[in-house]
Amino acid sequence: MKPNLLLGISLTTALLSAPWNALAQAAQPRQEPAGQGSQTRSAPSAQVHTFRLANGMTLWVKPDRRAPTAVHMVWLRVGSMDEVDGTSGVAHVLEHMLFKGTPSLAVGEFSRRVAALGGRDNAFTAKDYTGYYQQIPSDQLAAVMRLEADRFANNQWPDAEFVKELEVVKEERRLRTDDNPRAQLHEMLMATALSASPYRRPIVGWMSDLEAMSAQDARDFYRKWYTPSNAVVVVAGDVDPLQVKVLADQYYGVIPARSVAERKPQQEPEQQGLRRLEFKAPAEQAYVALAFKVPRLANLDVTPEHNDALALTVLAAVLDGYSGARLERTLTQGNTRLADSVGAHNGLMGRGPQFFYLDGVPSPGQTPEALEVALRAQVQRVANEGVIEAELERVKTQWVASEIYKLDSVFNQARELGVAWILGLPPEHGAQLIARLRQVTPAQVQAVAQKYFGDDNLTVAILRPQPLSGQSRPRRAPAGARH
Amino acid sequence: MPSFFCDPIAPCESEPTMFLISSVLIKPFGWRARTAMFSACLLASGWAQAALPIQHWTQPGGARVYLVESHAIPMVDVQIDLDAGGRRDPAAQAGLASVMAGQIASGMRAAPKGQGPYAQAMDENQIGEAWADLGASLGASAGADRMSFALRSLTDPALLDKAVALAARQLAHPAFPEAMWLRDRERMSAAIRESMTQPATVAQHRFDSVVYGAHPYGYHTTSESLLRIGVQDLQNLHAQSLQACRASVSVVGALTRAQTDALVKRLLAQWPKASDCQPLPAVAEVAPLAEAQHLNLPFDSAQAHVLIGQPGYKRDDPDFFALLVGNHILGGGGFVSRLTEQVREKRGLSYSVYSYFSAGLHAGAFTVGLQTRPDQAAQAVAVAKDVVRAFVNEGPTQAELQAAKSNLMGGFALRIDSNRKLLDNVANIAWNRLPLNYLDVWTQQIERVTVQDVRRAMSRVLQPDRMVTVVVGAQP
Repeated sequence: MKPNLLLGISLTTALLSAPWNALAQAAQPRQEPAGQGSQTRSAPSAQVHTFRLANGMTLWVKPDRRAPTAVHMVWLRVGSMDEVDGTSGVAHVLEHMLFKGTPSLAVGEFSRRVAALGGRDNAFTAKDYTGYYQQIPSDQLAAVMRLEADRFANNQWPDAEFVKELEVVKEERRLRTDDNPRAQLHEMLMATALSASPYRRPIVGWMSDLEAMSAQDARDFYRKWYTPSNAVVVVAGDVDPLQVKVLADQYYGVIPARSVAERKPQQEPEQQGLRRLEFKAPAEQAYVALAFKVPRLANLDVTPEHNDALALTVLAAVLDGYSGARLERTLTQGNTRLADSVGAHNGLMGRGPQFFYLDGVPSPGQTPEALEVALRAQVQRVANEGVIEAELERVKTQWVASEIYKLDSVFNQARELGVAWILGLPPEHGAQLIARLRQVTPAQVQAVAQKYFGDDNLTVAILRPQPLSGQSRPRRAPAGARH
Repeated sequence: MPSFFCDPIAPCESEPTMFLISSVLIKPFGWRARTAMFSACLLASGWAQAALPIQHWTQPGGARVYLVESHAIPMVDVQIDLDAGGRRDPAAQAGLASVMAGQIASGMRAAPKGQGPYAQAMDENQIGEAWADLGASLGASAGADRMSFALRSLTDPALLDKAVALAARQLAHPAFPEAMWLRDRERMSAAIRESMTQPATVAQHRFDSVVYGAHPYGYHTTSESLLRIGVQDLQNLHAQSLQACRASVSVVGALTRAQTDALVKRLLAQWPKASDCQPLPAVAEVAPLAEAQHLNLPFDSAQAHVLIGQPGYKRDDPDFFALLVGNHILGGGGFVSRLTEQVREKRGLSYSVYSYFSAGLHAGAFTVGLQTRPDQAAQAVAVAKDVVRAFVNEGPTQAELQAAKSNLMGGFALRIDSNRKLLDNVANIAWNRLPLNYLDVWTQQIERVTVQDVRRAMSRVLQPDRMVTVVVGAQP
């Protein structure tokens, strides 16, 4: 099955159930085992418990008692979109620095402590948010909450640690972006499609900004954004919500309240014509990506724009939602195939402007221009002829099934809650979102195919492969420019 | 710190296939496979599991079935493993097993008896639609040792019945249409050529070739090897490989033993009935390296990619747990390993640095990997080699051993806290014929490991003076 095109933002509470399975039987004898052949049982703990701490911090708890483990996450509503020009990448650099200590915790000690508890830890930065998490045996929850609350409030490190870690981040940029032509192309695509929106900057930051970043830049960003009311604590797993609330009050609730910094709207002006960019890089295969500006689903209110955003997600699934869907069938098959691979994706949700993407790798002997025309022709076909009911049913069936499969991962459930809070959605938004998607009609899909796929809101990016030995672009930062 | 997810969004496989989910670069194109080897995923392959009731029986047809009932979610995962992985590929047709598994989805012949659901012939698109309509999936792949098929379905009887029927038909009666294979061959060749523009791929290929020599573990699928594979080869391999008597079938989900037994019977019912199940021919072992080698390959890239290693150990090595703990301390334990401490934390030389063993039916490689700015490559190599040499010679400290045990034993439940993870573990037990109480005694096995055990085992398996070092893209 192809990946769920909802970008992992939906969840349901209806089916999270029976807090006991075979594992629980073995590992938690105190719990009543399931009977032979028992089917799903309804469980009273299926819903998300929401709390607000005295300092404005939010706490969401989702019990799932299948195994004696838990995941603890802190999400901040601050990401690369909250940076300013000249310090791009600072949200992500700061995320790295959160592992570098507090007045009561030495450098590197955070991960060592989590490991000693039997846990795993990591962190992530995106355009919209920054997050930190630990997966732990559930009886170690209090210990990681204490550690996380400490660095949330008291992160502190010497400049020398910053200088070293900045080099690590530059290596990360080289690894993920600078040696990856399609990643670079996407970076240029965003920088071209957007003018005013901070989404135009790469999450990891421009190399020049990393070279020039100071320890104080990171400290300022931390001071400005790491406030209780700008964060949610998400706990999922084998936990009791009221006990988690007591721990949260104890560790997080005592962090002094501070107001959240003002956010400038930075609205992207309406695009008034086709934008096109070419990118040359050592590669074997050409590649083309098309980004159409489309409305986003800002919340679950029923508005014409929101209905369009949902219909665009259904359109993406009809085009590319399963093996043998329209794009694959028409463009990658047969003797005259144009592409080796193709894709369609609708952004749907996010704090910033959203795009509908079409992309593909031309087959040997075919041009990216021909593929560009053919990809757009598939959308035009929907605009002209509409979609058939069976296609819609197919993609909806997959969404409904994926809502059940996703319950297998406690981690993913916590992740979805974190994203929901960042976007200002209620914890039970997943089921509502699926319900709304199921209501989308063939006529709506046809209508959005007619409405949003002209030239004026489109940016096209083409990767032109260069011979490997070519020195056509400066791939390397000047050696030793900054250590 | 680490800025990516691995487990459980993309669970680590027991064979070394890792998926990196970038979170720094969350973007639509990120859905495309971004495969990479990163430390967070690199627990020694074949690592272990936990305490839970595994039901096991052998069906009349010879299939060995392993079941863990998990009734909380109305879904089931089934994995069939066969001794038909890439190690049995002819040298000239490297990639054959993997291609055959993949082409299962490219078409299906009509059922010989012509009745029941999905009895008609189906092309690739009809197959794709059918799975989508069921909200279910059938995966197929081949690693170095195993060929594997993975069915995931809801347990709603109306859906599951059809999913099992479709999977059974597809596995038993693939059409291997020539036009599909010729097209996919072109696509694969183009993708292989593209991958060879990446320094990581170039480094891995060269490393494998030197570490494994002529052994099949070192085979690489190339445009040329694909050209030597025809649909008749696919049919022959399919006919030879899919025999119930050679299958281990692992099941985790909301099914009883009786339901599982019936499901597996239906799944394999249309496979050829082998009159006997003679052992398959033995495959030669990986030869040890005779001497150290240092390969410096020029490459115009933003980073030099470094791989250091040698043949490791076989999965049935009696020192498995000592080696698991040892590698955890050396470079497998994420942010608290010696390699991470010395290469990343102290010197800022690399975002990712790791070590792992690919223990399989043969001595898969021990690998140390890192990437660094081209002018720092020599320094990073020297640091990594020093770390390995010191660890092999001196072993861990008591404190390191204790820290590793705390993490491994304390975190045991995290290895089995979803159906997906359970399936990996049950399949590992099934494939490697481990005792059914393997998970029950896993933490005891870890607890028993001593400093001396680690030093003895690591120094027996690893020879720092005879390792290969591959550096791609260093600044001369």
